[in-house]
Amino acid sequence: MSHLILHRLLWMIPTLLVISIISFAIIQLPPGDYLTSYISALEETGETVDAQEVEALRKRYNLDAPIYVQYVKWAGGLLHGDLGMSFEWNRPVKQLIGERILLTTIISVVTLLFTWAVAIPIGIYSAVKQYSWGDHLFTFVGFIGLATPNFLLALICMYIGYSVFGMSAGGLFSPEYQNAAWSVGKFTDLLSHLWIPVIVIGTAGTAGLIRVMRGNLLDELHKQYVMTARAKGVPRLKLLLKYPVRVALNPLISTVGWVLPGIVSGAVITAVVLGLPTTGPLLLRALMNQDMYLAGSMVMMLSTLTVIGTLISDLLLLWLDPRIRYEGRER
Amino acid sequence: MIIPWITHRRWNTDNADDTDLETRTDHPPPSESPDLDAEMADTELYTASQWQLMWWKFRKHKLAVGASMVIFALYGLAVFCEFLAPYPLMYRDTAYAYAPPQRLHFFADDGFHPWPFVYRLRGERHPETLRKFYAEDTSQRYPLRLLVRGEPYRFWGLFQTDLHLLGVDPGGTLFLLGTDSMGRDMLSRIIYGARISLTIGLVGVTLSFILGLTIGVLSGYYGGWVDNLVQRAIEILRSFPSIPLWMALSAALPGSWSPLQIYMGITVVLSLIGWTGLARQVRGKILSLREEDFATAALLAGASKWRIMWRHLLPSFMSHIIVSITLAVPGMILGETALSFLGLGLRPPITSWGVLLKEAQNVQAVAFQPWLLTPVIFVILTVLAFNFMGDGLRDAADPYAR
Repeated sequence: MSHLILHRLLWMIPTLLVISIISFAIIQLPPGDYLTSYISALEETGETVDAQEVEALRKRYNLDAPIYVQYVKWAGGLLHGDLGMSFEWNRPVKQLIGERILLTTIISVVTLLFTWAVAIPIGIYSAVKQYSWGDHLFTFVGFIGLATPNFLLALICMYIGYSVFGMSAGGLFSPEYQNAAWSVGKFTDLLSHLWIPVIVIGTAGTAGLIRVMRGNLLDELHKQYVMTARAKGVPRLKLLLKYPVRVALNPLISTVGWVLPGIVSGAVITAVVLGLPTTGPLLLRALMNQDMYLAGSMVMMLSTLTVIGTLISDLLLLWLDPRIRYEGRER
Repeated sequence: MIIPWITHRRWNTDNADDTDLETRTDHPPPSESPDLDAEMADTELYTASQWQLMWWKFRKHKLAVGASMVIFALYGLAVFCEFLAPYPLMYRDTAYAYAPPQRLHFFADDGFHPWPFVYRLRGERHPETLRKFYAEDTSQRYPLRLLVRGEPYRFWGLFQTDLHLLGVDPGGTLFLLGTDSMGRDMLSRIIYGARISLTIGLVGVTLSFILGLTIGVLSGYYGGWVDNLVQRAIEILRSFPSIPLWMALSAALPGSWSPLQIYMGITVVLSLIGWTGLARQVRGKILSLREEDFATAALLAGASKWRIMWRHLLPSFMSHIIVSITLAVPGMILGETALSFLGLGLRPPITSWGVLLKEAQNVQAVAFQPWLLTPVIFVILTVLAFNFMGDGLRDAADPYAR
């Protein structure tokens, strides 16, 4: 077991190295750099740009150095926990992400809990009462949920929130709490706004999870050990929850690792439509403006979290289902 | 050299397929006696090829068959969009900006009309709010006409014509799904958008299919360092979360590219992650299948590695591959919609469903021009249809399963 963890941890080093190179390369792909897009933006508004000033800026941000020098500087900084500076905001990347990460985490975790709380019971019900009226209904609703693009749901929920509940459209706080310090009032205000993003982000996941849960549980229910246990007189509900459901939960656990990067990327589309102060829109802006270090560091962070998340879910799976073995089988 | 029992391997391995056996599926002549009939049916069942069995099983899945028809119709829309759309893509009538969907009427003051008609649309301004709104001018009727001469267009870019499936006489308008801010007919734009949105999924899936299949087969069959390298590469690619990676790559497409180049760029971006899952699946199948008796037999019979891979191993799990690519198409369509919606994907003048939806990005649209959201209905319909068809295919993919 410890051998496995160690092995996986060691593998993370070259993986992350390659990932950092690719992240940097992707960010460098667009022709030009932040300054060129900055200048063209200025020129569009009719301002003139002094060539000398541009050169000075370029020097200051190291944009005139060869790419590999820029990479080494950036990667070296990452090792020290220095994520670089954002051109656009003129502030450290760490600060920018830091001030948005709390709300992003709250939304992601609540969404996850919502997804599970809804999907697991429905999945179990659908499998146990296969082809019942309720099963058909949930399957239908689930498919619709899967097929509806998130932003549409976001728009509709926002409209309902606005027209029925009279809430300010978008954002997570009412205007009066926008810049206020944390207090009980602000917290309850947050709770009253939170349901929109949670429902919007959670719907697709819930629908998918119901399908997976139902399918897995159906497979398990037809296995012989279930019949044996029934024949031995194990109560139906106890049996169901103790064995088949536990096995059917496996895929849930193997996707739990994806929650970590999800916290940072934070359902970008929904966040953009709803105007949420989370990290997703930050990443989008950074990518569009070629804010190199901000975008690069965020992509890097996301990938690192994915790698860690995958490891965590693999370990969880091992713990949940001792039959799984990851050590390679030698023939 | 052919070892006789090799031709019978399908009975040993359950799902090996061979084209020469498909010729045996000619239906037996109908017979009178019921006993003999049942026997014949049995014979037919036992001699049917794998694809034949799959088709029979698929046919029983009513929902999947219905979904396939919907998909077929949608692609028909995409292929013949110039003819089916009431207006050409670039046609606009600024006098009718944000016109709501026009209703087809069957009843008028003078009773029932078997053939539907629309009233003339009259734009007016609200006296107080000055908001523009439209009213029906019931004095002027325009019956719906089939095969009318309307705005000229080039069909498939080949020849000039002005024949449209639906239309009204000159002077009238036919905005069945309303118009957008520039007075362009939404229905026509949706129909043209189908061409882009639906093909982007297909091209993307084809790309990831070719990549995934080739790499997966090589990785699974050769094993060793090839396998190791491929698996690591896949692991690394998969550790990029998909939406941020798509966003980063699409943002990297140069703005100076032509619409066609952007289109190709987006499909490549979309298929970049898709192939990894497929390659893994293929590799897993190859790993287990190459240990099967029929693979060994082929090897002993002197077949080359290449032939064993593509002729013996691959057909055995082709059906599963088809299922997974069917299920991958909706993801790509939704991906394109999402990217275009964020302004990172396709850009006007290309018209895709995502581009259309970008215009409906705000609450005002939902409140005042809800018809701008109609492309979503087509997106949902497509995604649902692909999912249902995939479900049916999955059940049919393993025709020997009970």
